[in-house]
Amino acid sequence: MGSGWIEVVVASLLITLVGGTILTRGRSWLEPVFWKRFAIVGSLVMFAFLWILTFDTLRKTAIGKGRIPDPTVINRKIGYQLDADTGRFKPVVLGDEPLFGKTYTREEAMKLLVKGKLTIQSRNCMDCHTLLGNGAYYAPDLTKAWLDPKWEKIMIPMTGAKTKEEAMVRFLMHPDKYATWTRRMPNLHLTEEEAKAVVAYLKWMSAINTNGFPDHFGQSKLVKF
Amino acid sequence: MERLYESQKIALLYFSVAIVLFGAQLLFGLIAAYQYINPDFLYGVLPFSITRMLHINAMIVWLLMGFIGGIYWLLPSETGMDVVGAKLGKLAWFLLTTAVGIVVLVYIFKQIGHGNFFTIWFITEGREYIEAPRWADIGVVAVMLMIYFNVIATVFRSGRITGLLGVLLIDLLALAGLYIAGMFFTPNITQDQFWWWWVVHLWVEATWEVLVGVLMGWALMHVLGTPRRIIEGWLYLEVLLVFGTGILGLGHHYYWIGTPEYWLGIGGFFSSLEPIPLVAMIVHAVYDAGVHKLQTVNRPALFWIFLQAFGNFFGAGVWGFMHTLPQINLYSHGTQMAASHGHLAFFGAYVATNIVFVYIILQHLRAPEGPILDSRTWKVAYIGMIISMVGMVGALLVAGFAQTFFERAVGGATWQDYITAQMHPWVSVPYLWRFGFGVLFLLSYLVLLYDIATIGKRVPSVEVKPA
Ligand code: HEC
Ligand code: HEM
Ligand code: HEM
Ligand SMILES: [Fe+2]
Repeated sequence: MGSGWIEVVVASLLITLVGGTILTRGRSWLEPVFWKRFAIVGSLVMFAFLWILTFDTLRKTAIGKGRIPDPTVINRKIGYQLDADTGRFKPVVLGDEPLFGKTYTREEAMKLLVKGKLTIQSRNCMDCHTLLGNGAYYAPDLTKAWLDPKWEKIMIPMTGAKTKEEAMVRFLMHPDKYATWTRRMPNLHLTEEEAKAVVAYLKWMSAINTNGFPDHFGQSKLVKF
Repeated sequence: MERLYESQKIALLYFSVAIVLFGAQLLFGLIAAYQYINPDFLYGVLPFSITRMLHINAMIVWLLMGFIGGIYWLLPSETGMDVVGAKLGKLAWFLLTTAVGIVVLVYIFKQIGHGNFFTIWFITEGREYIEAPRWADIGVVAVMLMIYFNVIATVFRSGRITGLLGVLLIDLLALAGLYIAGMFFTPNITQDQFWWWWVVHLWVEATWEVLVGVLMGWALMHVLGTPRRIIEGWLYLEVLLVFGTGILGLGHHYYWIGTPEYWLGIGGFFSSLEPIPLVAMIVHAVYDAGVHKLQTVNRPALFWIFLQAFGNFFGAGVWGFMHTLPQINLYSHGTQMAASHGHLAFFGAYVATNIVFVYIILQHLRAPEGPILDSRTWKVAYIGMIISMVGMVGALLVAGFAQTFFERAVGGATWQDYITAQMHPWVSVPYLWRFGFGVLFLLSYLVLLYDIATIGKRVPSVEVKPA
């Protein structure tokens, strides 16, 4: 499960125990003040550890720092493969694959992704869908939506689009027209610019290293196209 | 009616709004549940995203308003004096209520905006639970500061900080401070969700849990007459256990959002310990009630206290533990499992706390000197709510297991796997049960309203003044 976590667990518990014991010397455990001091020490220690871990996490999840790929990854082909070392799935970059027939510079890509994120928030996608598994359960998880086989197998023919990204734009602009079951997505009046930005965002999101969630995405024993 | 402190009058204002919003929560929850069954219902008029958002936002707001009401209610009894700024307190209530009203109207009639910062500032931020637009966020923080100032000024004026008040003051500061963590925009969805969970998790599994520890401790003192020394000793122990496990337990939301792998171990370890304080709370409540041989002046409050202790343990502790280990959560993450757990936990831990306070207040208003507050209808509402909540949660548990199995384990978690799993009878039929039990919950709520309006009113006058 990676290194470091046991050290954090042991250290935080140990410091709490030692600190609490020192501060409650000579006090009976039946006195409220005994627990008061332990409560203060425990809370402060845990919060301090959270802060340290937060700084570390923010550093490791900065854009372009490995786990969260650089925006220009939208110009590349993305795959999702089993990583033999960890036994969990991991996104991989497989070569060039321009989006909407275009290769974006870093600045252009970043601008597009900001627009995509703002669009996602403005339409409350998260109150129907989950993104990275968080949100609502009324509609499919979008973490790896970019990699979903259904775009090629069903949506490209249905929308008459030439490419996957074009099919996605058409679906996002007219989900009511291209519905695939009774629970339909409503038309949220995305402009073409917004829809393209959302597609770019979904592609970027699919390249985030999510420690293997969702497991074996796309390898289904339930659905055969 | 006994003379009320100004502080307690403010409490009544908060509880009135809270109870109305509770009804609104149920109404929108029912619409959302019905849209699962009949997706054409209000399609394109009031989409699921909006009904759901109203459902959970009404919940957050009414629970918070109830907590604030509870704090204003216990303030005079803890400090021995009235609130310092009565006018300020009412102004804060008015501003908060107005802001909530405006936000709701915009949600219902404007619903969505375009992908730009105007939307974030004035329509919605589009982040579950904290969808409220930025202007309202800032307004809420300002109002919270007013309330905080009022409480802290009263405490200092009284010159007496009880253990309960000390914990309360620190906890409220943390609670308000955490809200700020959810107020900024970033294109980086991993960091967005990282901070988002600071608000959501560190509220419900840390600061809110301690806040209800204070409220329930005070309630036990007043409903059962438990000595303060015991209450405060337990409260410190609970703070130690809740913060000691819940702060790093936050890691159970950092398994799969792009954050480093060490969170699997840290989150799994600490969140697995989170049920411990909840067991301690049950021991505490049951022991106290046993010591007093269930003798109380307020039967509905006492029974809701039990429900709080057990509901918190089962909803948060047991249902939370079920999916908190990373090896399980990898498959159950973002399924109906979470909805099953979320309903039982919020109901048990927080709805019950607020209802305890409603009955404590009613007793003070209607039967201050006895004999005891009791009625037949509170039992109907109580049992009705338990049955319907257990029914909804049970239904979602079945749906959640089946969804996890079919969509995530057998299937490949894709769009089509999702649809196929949703159409499986083990998932689709529970949605019918959820709706049915939801209707029963609404009916129980109506009975509760009736009981709130009538309990303690028909006490014969001879009994009101015992010798
Ligand atoms: C009112 C609920 C609702 C909202 C809001 C909503 N969706 Fe959907 N979405 C659905 C439903 C239901 C489906 C499945 C539709 C179907 O199969 O016909 C769906 C399907 C999708 C799909 C294809 C599913 C997949 O796994 O790839 C994508 C992509 C998508 N939505 C993106 C979005 C985006 C982006 C937003 C916000 C801009 C959004 N949705 C907002 C309900 C919603
Ligand atoms: C009163 C306290 C609690 C409340 C109100 C509560 C509520 C919730 C809610 C509403 C969610 C869904 C969040 C979302 O919308 O995405 C959730 C998720 C979760 N809760 Fe709790 N919870 C509580 C305590 C606990 C405890 C004590 C544990 C662990 C022992 C726990 C474990 C989890 C886990 C693992 C998830 C993530 C589910 C997923 O991966 O989708 N919760 N909780
Ligand atoms: C009339 C009764 C109720 C009905 C029919 C109902 C229905 C629903 C529905 C349909 C959802 C959306 C779930 C999804 O995204 O798929 C939901 C979410 C939620 N409801 Fe309720 N609800 C009811 C009562 C309550 C009560 C009393 C509470 C707690 C106080 C509550 C708390 C929640 C929470 C926390 C969520 C978000 C869950 C999550 O994201 O995991 N609901 N409810
Ligand atoms: Fe949590």
